[in-house]
Amino acid sequence: MDILRFTTAGSVDDGKSTLIGRLLYDSKSIFEDQYAAVEESSKRRGDAVVNLALLTDGLKAEREQGITIDVAYRYFATPRRKFIIADTPGHIQYTRNMVTGASTANLAIILVDARKGVIEQTKRHSFIADLLRIQHVVLAINKMDLVDYSEEVYNKIVEDYKGFASRLDNLVDITTIPISALNGDNVVEKSDRMPWYQGSSLLYHLETVYVGGEHNHVDARLPVQWVIRPQSNEWHDFRGYAGRVAGGVFKPGDDVTILPSGFATKIKEIYGANGAADEAFAPQSITVTLASEIDISRGDMIVKANNPPKVEQDIEAMVCWFSQTPMVERGKYILRHTTRETQAVVKNVRYLVDINTLHKMEGPQSLAMNDIGRIVLRTAVPLIHDSYRRNRTTGSFILIHPGTNETVAAGMII
Amino acid sequence: MPDYNLSHLDQLEAEAIFVLRETAAQFRKPALLFSGGKDSIVMAHLARKAFWPARLPFPLLHVDTGHNFPETITYRDAYVEKLGAELVVGSVQESIDTGRVVEEKGINASRNKLQTVTLLDTIEKHQFDACLGGGRRDEEKARAKERFFSHRDEFGQWDPKNQRPELWNLFNGRKHEGEHFRVFPLSNFTEMDVWLYIQREEIELPSLYFAHEREVFERNGSLLAVSEFVTVQASEKIEKKRVRFRTIGDATCTGAVESNATTIQDIIDEVAASRQTERGTRADDKRSETAMEDRKREGYF
Repeated sequence: MDILRFTTAGSVDDGKSTLIGRLLYDSKSIFEDQYAAVEESSKRRGDAVVNLALLTDGLKAEREQGITIDVAYRYFATPRRKFIIADTPGHIQYTRNMVTGASTANLAIILVDARKGVIEQTKRHSFIADLLRIQHVVLAINKMDLVDYSEEVYNKIVEDYKGFASRLDNLVDITTIPISALNGDNVVEKSDRMPWYQGSSLLYHLETVYVGGEHNHVDARLPVQWVIRPQSNEWHDFRGYAGRVAGGVFKPGDDVTILPSGFATKIKEIYGANGAADEAFAPQSITVTLASEIDISRGDMIVKANNPPKVEQDIEAMVCWFSQTPMVERGKYILRHTTRETQAVVKNVRYLVDINTLHKMEGPQSLAMNDIGRIVLRTAVPLIHDSYRRNRTTGSFILIHPGTNETVAAGMII
Repeated sequence: MPDYNLSHLDQLEAEAIFVLRETAAQFRKPALLFSGGKDSIVMAHLARKAFWPARLPFPLLHVDTGHNFPETITYRDAYVEKLGAELVVGSVQESIDTGRVVEEKGINASRNKLQTVTLLDTIEKHQFDACLGGGRRDEEKARAKERFFSHRDEFGQWDPKNQRPELWNLFNGRKHEGEHFRVFPLSNFTEMDVWLYIQREEIELPSLYFAHEREVFERNGSLLAVSEFVTVQASEKIEKKRVRFRTIGDATCTGAVESNATTIQDIIDEVAASRQTERGTRADDKRSETAMEDRKREGYF
């Protein structure tokens, strides 16, 4: 059994919480006491049917207003797979939650109301899924019950969406499914109300979509997270470098380079979660020992000698801005990248992206909340990095405001 | 090329170890919250792996309500010794004796809520700046919104509407003086994952988790154990039943379930067939629809 991590996006009232409630309920992942609590709340609110959305709206304010405020994580499993859902709200002001959910997802479900078709929110969500390089997208066309399960309506939306998506450069795999989350059509079981639809149900698709190859197994990268020195009699000289493999495959005897110092040595031993190991690959957490004694600390990176990443202080990146306080040119922030933290200054804003038209707008010198743009950064120490396209771990960073300590931006290195 | 895929348990294990190491690296003085319950045992087991062959770089912290099942304390002391770890105990009894909190009254009185004050006082006394907790997102609807690194203000409060976005595996543990973090390495485990992991790793558990004969009585739909800490009402009938516990907390609010499960495999079968969440046995969560959110906002685990 493996894991599929997916995110769900839709605008207010697209029925996203209902869909998730349906997936959990129909896959028997809802327990009786949870269901009873929701049944009770539905009655109190005067809902005509049991409101499955209440299964996912956990906070008081959400239940009162009937909206989702923050990313919520949901879990269910079938005999084929364990699923982790990042349930993200669709309001414009919460774009940061969609980016957050997308950053760890293998797949995105984008919900569309069949009565409304492709709207601004749909485009925004697709653009974010593309920017964060989610490999698989499911366009779930919901509320088919309200358009008489019409094939024409479905075809029109699919056509509109494909027209838009062809202008995105990365959405490799798009699957479209007509559903009614409220009635359960094509969610877990295939519906007989849409005989014209030849594809599989949503759950079957989630269970079978191929998610191997999500990690880079080519470029060997181990960001050093923690140095293990037992200082006990038994392990007197032990000096282990602990971290999570960010790419490639390591084996004892491999020639490696330590960055940024550039020292060359060999891997002596590898310890995985269950002791000595013959090899290690992403995303395993391991500890390695090296053939020679070198001064290495947190933030350094162990890489294969023949395949180094870039080590640079001038960084070009796409960023999504999260803070009420805009990003400005010459602004200084704390940048966290792999296990390294350094200062960074924004040298230049190259352009902003209009996510409705996908046009690049040159000229603005700042990024406001929810803006996405390309910027140039100068860091105080070099970043040991790959492009985000090549490696999601060594190509991503966050910016932190030095005064408030808030996370103000997500960045993807070009 | 070989197939470099990890099973779901291996993925969860690698993630938890990463979070544990990140906690040690980013904070000056972390502590691992240890209750003797299965989640904190699994977390301590993962911590041993994360820093092996060195000892844990932080102490275990037990918030002791004084209303324990004796089996829990026996297990705790043996486990701490086996790990070679340091143990810090925060005592709710002491908080009551010094007037920091007042014991609840009435038949459903519990020390569960009082623990929050003791926990926050202990954190302040020892200047802990991060507490590792065994909380999982599948446990409860407010917990579903938790971050791995969860910020607490200077009053120990959680503000669920104003949490830091958590992207990729980049955890932002920066804080101002007096603030602290709660860190949840098991966030992505479900109850079933925890049991499958315990089975795979052959982790020893307190005997309370397995079926045994015990005197119990029914209250508000839960089976509570007869102990010196609860007052059984005249209308409540004491019966001897074969039971086990799905969670282990304060003896006054942790309900038992009738069970014949004597092995981990029996428990896994039982969990798979169960139609009630494990927190369904917890009277503390039944006080209101948002009982957990309310307690978490105040600084609860």
